[in-house]
Amino acid sequence: MATETAVDVVMPQMGVSVSEGTITKWLKSGGEEISADEPLLEISTDKVDTEVPSPATGTLQEILSQEGETVAVGTKIAVISPEGAPAAEAADVPEPATAQAAAESEDASGAEGETATAEPAQEAEPGPAETAEARPSPQPPPAGDGRGDKAFVSPVVGRIAAEHSVDVTQVEGTGRGGRVTKKDILAFIDSGGAKETPAPAQEPAPPEAHAKPAERAPEPATVQAATPAAPQAGETVEPMTPMRKGIAEHMRRSLDTAAHVTTTFEVDMARVVAAREKLKREFQEKHGVKLTYLPLIARATIDTIGDWPWMNAEVRGDSIVVKQYVNLGIAVALEGGKGLIVPVIKSTEGLNLLGLTRAIIAIADRARSKKLLPDDVQGGTFTITNPGGFGAIHGTPIISQPQVAILDVEALVKRPVVVTDDDGNDSIAIRPMMNLCLSYDHRLVDGAYAAQFMRDLRERLQTWDESAY
Amino acid sequence: MAVKTYLQAISDGLRQEMQRDKRVYVIGEDIGVYGGAFKVTQGFQEEFGAWRVIDAPLSETAIVGSCTGAAIMGLRPVAEMQFADFISCAWDQLVTVAAKQRYRAGTAVPIVVRLPSGGGFSGGPFHSQNPESSFAHIPGLKIVCPATPADAKGLLVSAIEDPNPVLYFEHKHLYRRIKDEVPDERYTVPLGKARVHREGDDVTVVTWGAMVYTADEAAKQLESDLSVEIVDLRSLSPWDKEAVLTSVEKTSRALVLHEDTRTGGFGAEIVATIMEESFESLDAPVKRVAAPDTPVPFSPPLEKKFIPQVEDVLAGLRDLAEY
Repeated sequence: MATETAVDVVMPQMGVSVSEGTITKWLKSGGEEISADEPLLEISTDKVDTEVPSPATGTLQEILSQEGETVAVGTKIAVISPEGAPAAEAADVPEPATAQAAAESEDASGAEGETATAEPAQEAEPGPAETAEARPSPQPPPAGDGRGDKAFVSPVVGRIAAEHSVDVTQVEGTGRGGRVTKKDILAFIDSGGAKETPAPAQEPAPPEAHAKPAERAPEPATVQAATPAAPQAGETVEPMTPMRKGIAEHMRRSLDTAAHVTTTFEVDMARVVAAREKLKREFQEKHGVKLTYLPLIARATIDTIGDWPWMNAEVRGDSIVVKQYVNLGIAVALEGGKGLIVPVIKSTEGLNLLGLTRAIIAIADRARSKKLLPDDVQGGTFTITNPGGFGAIHGTPIISQPQVAILDVEALVKRPVVVTDDDGNDSIAIRPMMNLCLSYDHRLVDGAYAAQFMRDLRERLQTWDESAY
Repeated sequence: MAVKTYLQAISDGLRQEMQRDKRVYVIGEDIGVYGGAFKVTQGFQEEFGAWRVIDAPLSETAIVGSCTGAAIMGLRPVAEMQFADFISCAWDQLVTVAAKQRYRAGTAVPIVVRLPSGGGFSGGPFHSQNPESSFAHIPGLKIVCPATPADAKGLLVSAIEDPNPVLYFEHKHLYRRIKDEVPDERYTVPLGKARVHREGDDVTVVTWGAMVYTADEAAKQLESDLSVEIVDLRSLSPWDKEAVLTSVEKTSRALVLHEDTRTGGFGAEIVATIMEESFESLDAPVKRVAAPDTPVPFSPPLEKKFIPQVEDVLAGLRDLAEY
C-alpha cells in the first residue's frame, strides 16, 4: 500500500511570519484529474494571495477545507490519489484482520496526522521517485515562471516588490543573467512603473483589510524579531488574532510614515443638539432610523472638507493626490474591546443627512456582525473616530494610511462657558460643549491649514442650519 | 595632535596608563632590558623599574597564569606575547582560568594580553597567524583588533580599564607603516563599537586590522564605478552587530574580509548573523574573502597568495557588484 499512499495537500508556508492562510478558491473539484505543478487552489495569507500548485499527478480525491476557511500552515486541506492508484482504493483503509492490526493501523494513522504539519505523509516511507519530486516545495517559486535565470528574486527585491506591489517580471534586470537587482526595482518604482500595476495595488490597505491583505507592507523588523518570552507566573498569554496583528502593524506603520500633529477645538453644540432633538422623532417615525450626533458631525465635516481639499488627500511619493470624493471611514469598536475596524462609506459628498445616517447604521451593523466585504474597508479618504460615547474628552488619534487626517469626536458635556452677547456683554452660561480633535499629517497639512479647517467645521456646527441638510 | 605610528601610539598609551595607575605593570619575554621584540616597551624599565616591567621566562603559561593571579589580587597586568602565535601555550590559563573566573567566583580578571599578530613579512607559520577567531569562541574573553593609531591607543586604554581579560591584537604589518594623528591626552575608544572607515552606498566591506587598508585601497580603485562602505569592526568580542546590519541594510550587499584562514574564521560568524537578522535586506549572497585553510607560508610569493591582496578584494567586490 505504501507506494499508493494518497498525497496530502497542505497549507503552504508563504513567508517566515505567516502562520495561516485562507482558501479563496478551489480550481479543481473532487474527482477531477490534475497533474503535478498544475494550479490546484488559490489562497490568501497575511502577505500574499497566490496559487498553490498540485504536489502530485493524480486525481483530486477529497477536499477537506472549503473556500473561505482559514487554516494553520501545514494543515491537510486536500488529498490527491496518485496516478495509477484508483481513488477509492487509496482512500480505503483495509479492514484490520485482528485487534493487533487495528491498533497498528491507528498508530500509523496517528503518526501520519502528526507529521502532516511538517512534511507530507509519504515521507515516512520511501515512495517512488516521481512522487517525491512532485512534493510541494517548502517555498513556492518566486515571481515569474520559476525557471529562467531572471526569476530568482533576492530577499531584498522580494521585500520591495511586496511593499510596492510590483510584478518583478515586469522589471528590466541588469544583474547576472538578467536578474532584477535592488537598484533595478528601485529605479522601476522611481520611474512610476509601479503605478502600472492594477488599481488596488496603488494604495496600501487599511488595517482592517484582512480579506485582501496582499498590498500590506511587511511587518516592521521589530515585530518580526520579537521572540515571545515564555509566560511568567501571573501572566496569561494568547496569540494575536490576524486583526490584532493587522492593527498593530498598521498603527506602527502610520506613526512611522506620517508626521502626526493633533489640534483640539471646543465646539458649542447647542444648535446641533436642538437640531437632533427636532429631527430624531421624524427620522424614527418616518424612516425608522435612530439619529445620533455622529451623522450630523460627519455631514458638517464632509462639507468643510469641500473647502479644504488637502484634508482629503494622500502623499504618494513626491506627489500630493487630492481626492474628488469623500470616502468616509468610521472607526467601529468590536464588542469585547478586542478589535477595531474602519468600514468606509463611499462618496459621502453625495449623501444628505438621512442617507448618511442610514449608511452609517448599515455599515456599523455589518462591521459588528462580521459581514463586511473587502470593498467595505478599502479606499477611505478621511476617517472619523468616536470615542466620546465612552466619555473621552480628548485624544490624539492615529491616521489611517494613506489618509492624511482623522477627526476624533469627543464626549458632549455641559460646561460653564463665557458667552458674549451681541452688545459685547459677557456672562457665564451652561452650554453643551464638545471637543473635536483632529490629527493631521504635517508632511502635507500645515498647522494654519488644519486650524482653519477646524475653525470652519466649528462654525458650521455652531451655526447649524437645518435647511442646508 | 601629533602624528604617530601605530606602534608609537600603543607604546604611548601603555606608558600613560603606567604613569597614572600604579596597578598597571607589564610582563613578557625580552620586554624589559631589550625593550621588546618590536620595541613597544623601549625605555619602560628605565622609567618604571624592573618590578613593573618584568622580563619573564620563556613560558607563556607562566606569564598569563601570573597575570591572572595578580589581577585577581587587584593589579592590572598587561602581558606581551612576543608573537600572537605563542598564545597557544597559554591557552589553559587564559581559557580555563582567566575567562571563567568571573563566572565561577565572581572575581574580575582585568588582564590585557598584547598579541603582535599577522603576516606579510615572511614570518612563516609560527610568526604570522591571526588566531582571533579561536578566542572569539570563548565566552568570558574580550577581543580588540585596532587598525588605526588613534584606535590603537584608545582601545588599549579601554582594555586596561575593562574588568575582563582582553586580548589585544596588534597587527605587526601596521606597526611602522601606518601613521596618523593621535591625541596626546588620555582617551578611550569603547570596546564593541565599530567605526565606518569609509562611507559608501553600493557594497559593505566588514573587516578589521590590517585588512582595513587592503579594503580601502580596493575601494579607491573602484571609486568611479562602485561606492564601497568599509566597516572597521575594531572589536571582535563583543562585536558591533548593529553597525554591520545598519550598513548592510543600506547597501544590501556585503563582503567580509579577514586575514585569518577561512574555515571557522570570525567572518563566518558575521555572515551567519547577517543572514539571520538582515536576510530580507540582501540583494546578493554575502561573500567572504579570507586566507586559504593552510599554515602561513614562508615563501614571499606563496605568502602573497595566502594573505588576501587588493586584487582579491577587487575581484570579490566586482563579483558582488555584478550579481
